[in-house]
Amino acid sequence: MSEINPNRRPAAILYLMLGMTAVLFLTPLVWMGATSLKPERQAASQELRLLPDPASSTFSQAAKNYSEVWNDPSVEFPIYLRNTLIVAGLAVVGMTISSAMVAYGLSRIRWPGRGAVFFTVLLSMMIPFPVIMVPLFLVFRDLGWIGTLKPLWVPAWFGGAFNIFMLRQFFMGIPRDLDEAALIDGLSQWGIFWRVIVPLSRPALAVVALFHFIYVWNDFLAPLVFITSRDQFTLALGLQLYQSKSGLTPWNLLMAASTMVVIPVLVLFIMTQGALVRGVAAAGLKE
Amino acid sequence: MSARTRNLISGLLWTSPWLVGFAVFLFLPLAMSLWYSFTDYPLLKPPVYIGMENYTGLLHDDKFWLVVKNTLVYSAFAIPLSTLVSLVVAAWLATPGLRARGFFLGAVFLPTLVPMMAAAMVWLWLFNAENGLINVLLKFVGVSGPIWLNDARWSIPALVLTGLWGVGQMVVVYVAAINEVPAALYEAATLDGMGPVRRFQHVTLPLITPAVLFNVITLTIGSLQIFVMPYVLFRNEQGQRDSGNMYNLLLYDNAFVYQKFGYASAMAWVQLLVVLALTGIMMFASKRLVHYRGAA
Repeated sequence: MSEINPNRRPAAILYLMLGMTAVLFLTPLVWMGATSLKPERQAASQELRLLPDPASSTFSQAAKNYSEVWNDPSVEFPIYLRNTLIVAGLAVVGMTISSAMVAYGLSRIRWPGRGAVFFTVLLSMMIPFPVIMVPLFLVFRDLGWIGTLKPLWVPAWFGGAFNIFMLRQFFMGIPRDLDEAALIDGLSQWGIFWRVIVPLSRPALAVVALFHFIYVWNDFLAPLVFITSRDQFTLALGLQLYQSKSGLTPWNLLMAASTMVVIPVLVLFIMTQGALVRGVAAAGLKE
Repeated sequence: MSARTRNLISGLLWTSPWLVGFAVFLFLPLAMSLWYSFTDYPLLKPPVYIGMENYTGLLHDDKFWLVVKNTLVYSAFAIPLSTLVSLVVAAWLATPGLRARGFFLGAVFLPTLVPMMAAAMVWLWLFNAENGLINVLLKFVGVSGPIWLNDARWSIPALVLTGLWGVGQMVVVYVAAINEVPAALYEAATLDGMGPVRRFQHVTLPLITPAVLFNVITLTIGSLQIFVMPYVLFRNEQGQRDSGNMYNLLLYDNAFVYQKFGYASAMAWVQLLVVLALTGIMMFASKRLVHYRGAA
């Protein structure tokens, strides 16, 4: 009888499979955190412990590991953090505003050629970054940007294809009557954009900002290619430097450094999980 | 001024950030790279036209064919395996009445947000032959694990494993797509005596082909571009290890280590043409799939 009722409660075996899947996916991160709390000798051992032995030493050992990483004289994480925050802040603001403006032009104004412009947006999503990184390096060199952080944030002020695509989709769902009413009230396009479209699109704009922050925070290849001096390294570059610097980096310290880079993303994830998941789902469904 | 002209000007103004950015940061580099691909261009000297020499050079470059082979073998395993795993997990997660769905979905999705560099460090540690968690666990069940990162045969399987860890975004897209399938269809299929597996095969799968297409295209482009993970796992002072060398790593080395900008640009254009061709083929194939569904 239960076989033909599609609304029956999921079987215990399903929870077992999902539970095992969740454990498998979380284990690398849990082990990263666990390793970062141990003294070097315990970390590099075959013991399967989550906390150091004795467990009461967890906090003192963690403080020791993390402060050793943070204050390492050869790898200046505080400076990399500052650089990453500068780039992320400038890039996120620029990306959100410019993508919204372009999406507005592509969704709320009827003009000949907007189809062609939208086509260039779609086309650019198919061009892998490595294809253009060599000439882009030369463009930035000729602009005098190599040796500064500009290559990492200025391009964001010209919009991102994926974000334009998403916001255009969102704006098209806003009733056009609102624009017309605003026009009658004497608002310009500029006024409609800021007073009608932007306030109604806060959730979508927040998703764009959030995704771009994570993108900048995580990006490795662009900083690797465009950043040439150590005092302009971002965290991702700094982490690689920390691992590859001469001499073996102890696992407990390498995992502490990795944990430091992961924690901000983790906090953002916990605060905004719903929005992130909906954003990814929307991007996939709208294709 | 007519309304049409006014709208044209206004449209151009609103999209001007994109138009300028597209021209300067995308179109110009693409055109430059096409030109450089026909030149000999060491960083400090001006480019010199050499015709097709870079492209014919690629044909005779053993390193080039090595990375082509590695990248294709990696993709040949990563794409189907990741698709299979993400579809199965998504099917579980989309089960009606499932409790704690947010937790399970979050656990699978979280790894995709972890910075690639940090993820690579963690895998470097997990794959450690002696004290890494994977081999310690294998030893626990009586299996002696391989020396993962130092055994050429295990390089690509290790990379595929790390790729599977990152299927979370695909799972989210699949779950959303499965949720759009009308419940009535499942009830009908159940009344026809179909079990969960056949229901998935005959009802769910045909109806989520657009999501599959989106994911497979994204995954294909991503797999062909794999960079950070092999960069960390298989690189030392001597350079990239052959067994873990990939297309974009060789492109990067040619450009920024050997400073052969012309040669690297030829590699870039070969990659661009392959990506565009593959995307085109998949779009074309999908039209036929959608048609098939409508006819059936």
